[in-house]
Amino acid sequence: MIRAENVTKQYGPKVALGGINLNIPKGSIYGLLGPNGAGKTSFIRIMNQITAPDSGTVYFGNRELAPNDIARIGYLPEERGLYKKMKVGEQVLYLAKLKGLSAAEAKSRAKEWFVRLEMESFWEKKVEDLSKGMAQKVQFVTTVLHKPELLIFDEPFTGFDPINTNLIKKEIKRLNQEGATVIFSTHRMESVEEICDHIGLINNGEVMVEGPLLDIRKHYMNGTYAFTTKDEQGFEGKDVLERDHVHTGYTATIKANEYPSGLIQELASKNQLLGFEEVLPSVSDVFIDIVQNGPKPKDS
Amino acid sequence: MNSPILLIIQREFLTRVRKKTFLLMTLLAPVLLAAVMIVPGLLASMPEEDKTILVLDEPSILLPEEGTSQFALDYLNPGEFDLELAKQFLRESDKDALLYIPAGNGWDPDFIKRNILLYGKEDIGIDLQRFIERQLEEKINNQKLIQQGVDPEVVTQTKTQVSVKSFTLGEEEGNEETSATPLKMGLGYIAGILIYFFIFFYAVQVMRGVIEEKTSRIVEVIISSVRPRQLMMGKILGIGLVGVVQFLIWVILSGTIYTVVSTFIYPEIFAQQVPMAPDAPDLSQVDQGNIFAMINSINFPVVLGGFVFYFFGGYFLYSALFAALGSAIDQEADSQQFMLPVTAPMIIAITTAMNIVQDPNGPMAFWMSMIPLTSPISMMIRLPFGVPIWQMALSASLLIATFFGVVALAGKIYRVGILMYGKKVTWKELFKWLRY
Repeated sequence: MIRAENVTKQYGPKVALGGINLNIPKGSIYGLLGPNGAGKTSFIRIMNQITAPDSGTVYFGNRELAPNDIARIGYLPEERGLYKKMKVGEQVLYLAKLKGLSAAEAKSRAKEWFVRLEMESFWEKKVEDLSKGMAQKVQFVTTVLHKPELLIFDEPFTGFDPINTNLIKKEIKRLNQEGATVIFSTHRMESVEEICDHIGLINNGEVMVEGPLLDIRKHYMNGTYAFTTKDEQGFEGKDVLERDHVHTGYTATIKANEYPSGLIQELASKNQLLGFEEVLPSVSDVFIDIVQNGPKPKDS
Repeated sequence: MNSPILLIIQREFLTRVRKKTFLLMTLLAPVLLAAVMIVPGLLASMPEEDKTILVLDEPSILLPEEGTSQFALDYLNPGEFDLELAKQFLRESDKDALLYIPAGNGWDPDFIKRNILLYGKEDIGIDLQRFIERQLEEKINNQKLIQQGVDPEVVTQTKTQVSVKSFTLGEEEGNEETSATPLKMGLGYIAGILIYFFIFFYAVQVMRGVIEEKTSRIVEVIISSVRPRQLMMGKILGIGLVGVVQFLIWVILSGTIYTVVSTFIYPEIFAQQVPMAPDAPDLSQVDQGNIFAMINSINFPVVLGGFVFYFFGGYFLYSALFAALGSAIDQEADSQQFMLPVTAPMIIAITTAMNIVQDPNGPMAFWMSMIPLTSPISMMIRLPFGVPIWQMALSASLLIATFFGVVALAGKIYRVGILMYGKKVTWKELFKWLRY
């Protein structure tokens, strides 16, 4: 859907993007992840043609990104807001018309969304009279109203209350199932782990790793094993990374260089082994691993 | 109506026009303006109450003057009253004031004029004081003339008033025009001030609009649909349109109110001259008989065309600058440090307006009407006096060229500025943005 080739962007002496390559597959839910200041928003603004790259090319589908593509993108920026003095309905129609919808079409689609998200009563209200949660729903509707092929959410869940977060996640999944490609950009990596199928990790304007989420997590598995047992017996003298008493018994994670068959036998005889798995690292673990040790070669 | 810039113009226009404050301002301003024109006339024509003034005229200078129906003079006998008794009498009587004219030694008019006293039961009104002074001046003058052996009647007959008819000599013979300097001064001055206020009022609204979009955080949503420059231009045009509509309504309403009041309600007041602001050119010199010749001597198509051109030219130029300013700051309170350098040329133009009016073809007038930041006001002041075509063309071209230059630069600052939050911006930073 979106492909970036050697995209660079510099603001004065500060390098925001140092020649990044990204491939965001059509129909994916893609997590653009990295700490604050990594270059995520710079890249998003390039996709939205708010700024132009200094060099490099961005492809939309099979061709270069063109001015008209703006109408095919729905963008919810991190710094988002609405005209406070305008009425909600009027504002939704205005933003939809700016995206190229006709007045009639914008109105019928907006009404549909207002019914779906149970916000019909907002229509005649002024934005300044809405609660924060209500305004968030309105912002979401303005982002998706023109049925964009590509949806971009920058730090989507900051400031959203939990009910709205779930509602919006559900709607985003539905739009994705209907064919939209979705990009989530956030520095809170754990917040999108469950929803994304692809990720790209960015740091200091460089892409560190990119691909299907599960593949990446598997690739960065590092011999950490989690055991669930009845109690602590059998772990004496072992290098336990984390331990915890849970209602089913006791859990411990252990780092091992190879499959820990010895430990399994020992625990089975001394204790009751209730569960055992090799731990998939979280995205944050992967990120920290890469920042500390550099990217892991493909064949290792 | 789906072109983005038209949509933006439409929104900027409608949201402003629909506001209650717009309606209020639009309707109230002409009433206020008309009031400013009418009230001084009304006040000036309001007569003081009729008053009776006791006069203790020891040298019998004023006698037998009886005063007017408004100010009646009632003489006390100097044989029966001195000043103290007269004051006592005033207190106990129903009369309003006491005028005391002392005889002094030898009835010296210079002694008399220095020692005349006027006592009132209440404050003495300005009209009464003037009335008394006028009466006494004439009598004392005559007294002095008689003392010098001159017949006052002769002096009255020899008084001469000179009124020079001035002309502007055209290039060709028979092309002489009646000079209408006071009228031109008034026209230029008023047009210049109108442009000044229009630019200030509406360009600041552009800045406010930009700041509003920035602080409400809507701006990034908008510029993911339209180019930043389209947003900026749409805003400038939309607010300019509001200004034009408001201005037209003002002109029509003020004119209507003024006409109605001056023709039907208080026609007698408007036959007199209404005092203008103290520093405004004095139009009272305009000779009624010559007025048509004077009006004809002004090239109205040029003045009107110039007004429209500089009205918009100045507004566009300054509103682009103000848009750039607005984009660089987070709240209006921060705008002060940037406002002054931007508005300084306009303030200079308006403060030098009187100098330009007095010498509309001098070097200062010339340069001020060429520099694009001052030309909308300064050239407008010059136009009624007639400006060579090459100067008009040069001034207009410079303004247009500068406008495009400024829009290009302001657009760059704007593009960067609207996405900068929570940062106190310096001039240095603004120049850096030009290179992003």
